[in-house]
Amino acid sequence: MHTTLAFLSIFEGYTGEEVRSIFVMQSFSGLSLFAVFLLMALGLAIIFGQMKVINMAHGEFLTIGAYTTVFMSDLVEKSVPSALPWYFPVAVVAAFFVAGAVGFVVEVGMIRFLYKRPLDTLLATFGLSMILQQVFRLIFGAREDSAVMPDWLMGSWALTEITEIPINGMFLLGTAIGVTGLVYLLMYRSRWGLRVRATVQNREMAGAVGINTKMTDRWTFALGCGIAGVAGAVFTTIGSVSPSAGQLYIVDTFLVVVFGGAGSLIGTIASAFAIAQSQSILEFFLDGVLAKVFILLTIVGILMIRPQGLVVSKIRR
Amino acid sequence: MKSFIYNKALGGKSGTIGLAVLAVILLLVFPLAMDNFRLNLVGKYLSLAFVAIGLVLCWGYGGILSLGQGMFWGLGGYCLAAFLKLEAARNIAAEAGSDQINALTTVGLPDFMDWNQITELPWFWYPFKSLPLTLILVFLVPTVLAYIIGTAMFKRRVSGVYFAIITQALCWTMELLFVTRQGWTGGINGITDLRTLLGWDIQDPGNQRILYFVTSLLLLGCVVLGRLILGSKLGKLLVAMRDTEGRVRFSGYDVANFKTFIFCVAAAMSALGGAMYVLNVGFMSPKLVTIEPSIYMVIFCAVGGRMSLLGAVYGTLAVSFGRTYFSESFPDLWLFLMGGVFILVTMVFPLGLAGMVDRLTGLVASKASAATDAPGLETPVSEPVSPPPA
Repeated sequence: MHTTLAFLSIFEGYTGEEVRSIFVMQSFSGLSLFAVFLLMALGLAIIFGQMKVINMAHGEFLTIGAYTTVFMSDLVEKSVPSALPWYFPVAVVAAFFVAGAVGFVVEVGMIRFLYKRPLDTLLATFGLSMILQQVFRLIFGAREDSAVMPDWLMGSWALTEITEIPINGMFLLGTAIGVTGLVYLLMYRSRWGLRVRATVQNREMAGAVGINTKMTDRWTFALGCGIAGVAGAVFTTIGSVSPSAGQLYIVDTFLVVVFGGAGSLIGTIASAFAIAQSQSILEFFLDGVLAKVFILLTIVGILMIRPQGLVVSKIRR
Repeated sequence: MKSFIYNKALGGKSGTIGLAVLAVILLLVFPLAMDNFRLNLVGKYLSLAFVAIGLVLCWGYGGILSLGQGMFWGLGGYCLAAFLKLEAARNIAAEAGSDQINALTTVGLPDFMDWNQITELPWFWYPFKSLPLTLILVFLVPTVLAYIIGTAMFKRRVSGVYFAIITQALCWTMELLFVTRQGWTGGINGITDLRTLLGWDIQDPGNQRILYFVTSLLLLGCVVLGRLILGSKLGKLLVAMRDTEGRVRFSGYDVANFKTFIFCVAAAMSALGGAMYVLNVGFMSPKLVTIEPSIYMVIFCAVGGRMSLLGAVYGTLAVSFGRTYFSESFPDLWLFLMGGVFILVTMVFPLGLAGMVDRLTGLVASKASAATDAPGLETPVSEPVSPPPA
């Protein structure tokens, strides 16, 4: 009872409507964070969750997507400024293909030799992430870049007079839901997804029934990287990009995937939601760092109780 | 007794030769060939090699990849730095004389606490007033932390990739705490301006040379300790657990306890390295405790050879020297080069420098058709395959 009172006393001096609008905006900021986590984690959920490759360069694939968008925005601004309002969707698609193509090359040149040694992929991809960061630095310079945002992504939508929802946040949420839907269809409702899951669950058997497991690996890895690229492209709506930006995301991303239960799409969504909401709620009450520490320790604690994550896929090995 | 020392601690003929070569390089060649500045740099690198040796034990042989060794290294360093800082604070107060004390700082309180409006020494700083207690805590704090993490994780059969990511998250947590609790830890600047150890000037060039020798000797001691562990039955068990954990468990061994033990040994070695680092450089900073240095430590070990205690030392020296040299000479290219080396080592030489040396000496030996068997060098060539999560 006392704690509830203490909790409520934070809102002393606000009118009922103000409290309601704080709640709405606060939970929406939680939803935006959820969208960010989900987008970051989806690609890794495929690469790490399905293929067991510890891709430390995942953040750099996000950065590739972001830089593709920045590049397109510069290009459009210089050559056809009239197309500026509409370049963004094209840039997102381009980001998907550029990041996916780089991922494909990386798989062919590096990852395919390391499938039997999952912990070693960590070291090799850490080397890759150093190289990619330096490539970004040489091409785009060390300072932060940002893309020109079309007008329709700016501003906010006034729900009531004092409750405002930022439009780029809604766009982020929409993209996250859309991409998740596509991944679901692809993985669980298509022939190709069936092949991926078969390869993951039992490689020899999948090969025996005529699935080209090597090509499946290759395209799965490329798909995961492509999704990271999309995430990076969409992140340009909420922030700028720098060569080492990917490093900021990598630990969070891995935690989301591991916490959700590697190999489970539902688990990834649930864990992104849980982590994002608790973080944005805790940040309201504690200072940001303590909130982060609290969440990290909670995740580690829960992982101790459920070492496989929230949702365990039942596969006989 | 003599044969026990010779076979187990030194690793037989080839092991003794390897150890002797390293000892000659560290104790004779480097001090003779280098000026004080360079030698101090090597001392700094060597204090990182402690972590790499620990990683050989727990990762190479035990199959436990920790991405958070920086945590233990840092805790060891911070413990010693706390003692040195208190001494420095006392010295400042003594030098300033009684009339200026109030203007400078609260008496005997580290300067950063004063800047953060802390007027009384926090209770957990009290043990660091005494050197014996500090020396115990340097080992005790990281080892207890490793024990807690180890028991919690290994009893629940968290292993492989999951363990790596969890240690990484813990490492990050610790960095966040150390950076933000400024008044207690010195924040982002860390604990700086450490000059004396019980009145003995650690910044003096001559004394730095002595510190270098101390570091080297302790490092060689760690190598011998590692040899003893690996030569014992425990060493065999470690490899067995790494390769087929299930069978060892079914044979009646408590796998979690052995894993925890070796993880604690690695943590204690890292802590010693952290403490030696503080003595060599005279400060401690949270930047050295973060995720990236921890990954670098794994890379030192991988480059040197994850199955070779001596290799870990060479790997640390090679990567650190390379990093310093190339980042000075080719600032634009060095990241390419380092990244390339990591990829190459992982893909082509999974046993690192030591593996290459073994192969070369193996070739020479077979050419001379001298059938000298080399016990202790029969490292399993099979890759450490992490067991699937239970």
